[in-house]
Amino acid sequence: MALTGVEIFKLLPKTNCKKCGQPTCLAFAMKLAQRQTSLDKCPDVSEEAKEKLGAASAPPIRPITLGTGAKCVKMGEEMVLFRHEKKFVNPCAFAVEIKDTLATADAERKMEEAAASEIDRVGQKLRVDALYLSNDSGDPARFLELARLASTKAPDLPVILGTVNPDAAEGALGTLAGKKAVLYGANAGNISAMAEKAKAAKATLGIAAKNMDELCELTEKAKSLGVEDMVLDSGARSAGEILRDNTYMRRAALKKNFKPLGFPVITFANRADGMLETLVAGLGVEKYASIVVMNEAERWKNLALFSLRQNIYTDPQVPMQVQQKIYKIGEPGPKAPFLITTNFSLTFFIVSGEIENSKVACRLAVMDSEGLSVLTAWAAGKFTAGKIAQFIGESGIEGELEQRELVIPGYVAILSGAIEDKLPGWKITVGPREANGLPAFLKARG
Amino acid sequence: MPFTPPKESFSGKICEIGIGRGDGTVSLGGQSVMPFHSFEGAAPGKPAIAFEVQDVPPDDWPETVKDVFRDVSGDPVTWAAYCQDSLGADAIALRLAGTHPDRGDISAERAAETVSRMLAAIKVPLIILGSNHAEKDTSVLVRAAEAAKQTNSVIGKAQEANYKTIAAAAMANDLKLIAMSELDINLSKQLNILITQMGFDREKLITDPMSSALSYGLEYTYSVMERIRLAALAQNDPTLQTPMLADVGMYVWKVKETQAPEADLPEWGELGRRGVAWEAVTASAFLVSGADLLIMRHPDAAGAVKKFMAEMEVQ
Ligand code: B12
Ligand code: SF4
Repeated sequence: MALTGVEIFKLLPKTNCKKCGQPTCLAFAMKLAQRQTSLDKCPDVSEEAKEKLGAASAPPIRPITLGTGAKCVKMGEEMVLFRHEKKFVNPCAFAVEIKDTLATADAERKMEEAAASEIDRVGQKLRVDALYLSNDSGDPARFLELARLASTKAPDLPVILGTVNPDAAEGALGTLAGKKAVLYGANAGNISAMAEKAKAAKATLGIAAKNMDELCELTEKAKSLGVEDMVLDSGARSAGEILRDNTYMRRAALKKNFKPLGFPVITFANRADGMLETLVAGLGVEKYASIVVMNEAERWKNLALFSLRQNIYTDPQVPMQVQQKIYKIGEPGPKAPFLITTNFSLTFFIVSGEIENSKVACRLAVMDSEGLSVLTAWAAGKFTAGKIAQFIGESGIEGELEQRELVIPGYVAILSGAIEDKLPGWKITVGPREANGLPAFLKARG
Repeated sequence: MPFTPPKESFSGKICEIGIGRGDGTVSLGGQSVMPFHSFEGAAPGKPAIAFEVQDVPPDDWPETVKDVFRDVSGDPVTWAAYCQDSLGADAIALRLAGTHPDRGDISAERAAETVSRMLAAIKVPLIILGSNHAEKDTSVLVRAAEAAKQTNSVIGKAQEANYKTIAAAAMANDLKLIAMSELDINLSKQLNILITQMGFDREKLITDPMSSALSYGLEYTYSVMERIRLAALAQNDPTLQTPMLADVGMYVWKVKETQAPEADLPEWGELGRRGVAWEAVTASAFLVSGADLLIMRHPDAAGAVKKFMAEMEVQ
């Protein structure tokens, strides 16, 4: 179990020398207990304390990075079972499976699809994060060929190599040197050889167990062979097994600090039925997978799964929000329409997207409403006539505009009179209720 | 090393409630574990899927889902029979949308007639829903409740503004009741308390913590449901030990992702499957977080969710 601040404090030098950046040893101990700093910041800590604290202060689920460069994916470090307790930390990676039995043209198509999957969603860039290359043929030469193809067609996408053959692993890992790949397929029969290959290539070892008992044995074995970075597969394949095993793994790591299971989890959602695959992948997002492997990455499916992952991994206390300011969309002149909305990210991106669709250059005032949507902010008293008038009045926008006219969201039509009272000289126009009415509304104004 | 599963058992238990009549009866709730955790405790009732049917043609539904019901949606009873006989609906949710003052203002009497006709024609349980106009709902649902007397149907939704009348009508006619509040565990708890203080049996109550759509508030409904379920089981809070409803279709089929053609947004992919996926992903997320009863629109989405549920049983 993790130590409390006071327990940690007892092991520190107690000189309050401040070299760790904290005013006192006690303050440092408190930060450590909350995992907001690391032990190596204190230069004077004794070896004995290091040993005791090292074990206790390591995150219960080991942080591991998949891939390198701008598209690398962080995994692990999760601290809770339920998202309302505290933000889930590292969004799970979506990986698409490509078999080495596929015709080259098909494999290429899948790689290109994955490499081109990136979309903008509520201000975040989301994509299929990794390729899962599988050695279905059993032939090391074909596997090597596929790995080479991946490194030319999708060079910056992280790779998971799926094989139970250490020779095939060695060859493919050779083409991915320094790329922090996952070598998945260590089982009871091959673990020593697979551990060697993973260590030599500085890759993460993916454990392919048949059940939870075997999984614990294999991670202990890998550890004794000097492997530090692992991802775990308990062998669960049905949705029910995935829920059960992923729950057990997360609980064991967090609540029992059970080290053999303190690693990120890989979940195989692969199904011939694409819709069912989407739902099982969704279960992986919700219930504790760090990597979800799928057969296909079609665009309709990506959009749904990217959105789900974004929802599940948002901070439950702080809605996603954008900065308060007056945004220019296109190149608005002095006569361009001037609109207002709230700073909830979802609201902002929907509204600005529809303004872009309209091809009419506009100014969009985004008012800080603590990240609440228009109606929620209105109901909570954060998007009121008084506050809107104050924001517009103080913004200095008047100087840029030929006529003082402000378009407000249709859902808060009720505010128009009161804003006019509080902003003398301004005309308030009620816009459509839904943002998708904006293109027609803006075009009609000419 | 043999692994000792860190199982969790709870003192609390969700009320098991039956809805509907005879062979068509469906049982909801009854579990003493988190959703689908039958590996560590009892989880008797399987979640059920009700198909949504309206008293007026679904003019406000997007083409992709309206099309499926093109030949039957002219009459609510024909529509419901099709859902029951051809689509395998576990229940029918009749939304009296046409009673809304902005959608035709159909009278309470006529709404009650539709309910009677529906009950005579279907075997599966009936869920009777108002138009979500707090004031009109009071008169409509009172008459509808009389029409459904002693059929063990479900009626709703009772909200803070109108719960007294609607709960009284449910009680007088021996119906199950849906209580809805807005995405807040304390509001759900408070409304359940107010309703039971009227003498309404808590074993006849279904909680709707308010639904939402994927990418449009899903995370709020998801977490409120998890919190309600944890309070019911781990803290043994009797006021929250009710089965939960997720009224999914109406939130999903109004968002842009279920409507925008692929030609306008090629990066969003094919519209048909995108819309179905939107409803199915939303519904299955709520199953995982605690819903015992879903209200859905597209049969392909409901079909996918059924397959998902069947797989969830495999442990
Ligand atoms: C999720 C949600 C919440 C979340 C907050 C989410 C957030 N970050 O805002 C939580 C749970 C915290 C919440 C709380 C409350 N909520 Co709330 N909430 C919702 C819900 C389900 C979705 C809101 C949402 O995300 N909408 C999506 C965004 C994109 O919509 P939007 O900002 O309005 O933008 C659209 C349009 O307005 C338009 N638009 C936006 N800007 C502009 C600008 C121009 C110029 C134009 C033309 C158009 C335009 O385009 C957008 C897309 O079409 C709605 C119900 C619903 N389904 O709508 C209720 C809802 C908004 N909430 C409501 C209420 C009452 C509350 C609470 C007061 C109740 C409570 N539980 O205590 C609190 C208040 C919060 C507080 N801090 O005190 C009511 C508001 C009632 C009303 N009609 O005024 C609603 C409508 C629920 C209901 N009764 O049906 N809520
Ligand atoms: S550096 Fe170490 S000894 Fe110095 S104040 Fe920080 S914790 Fe204490």
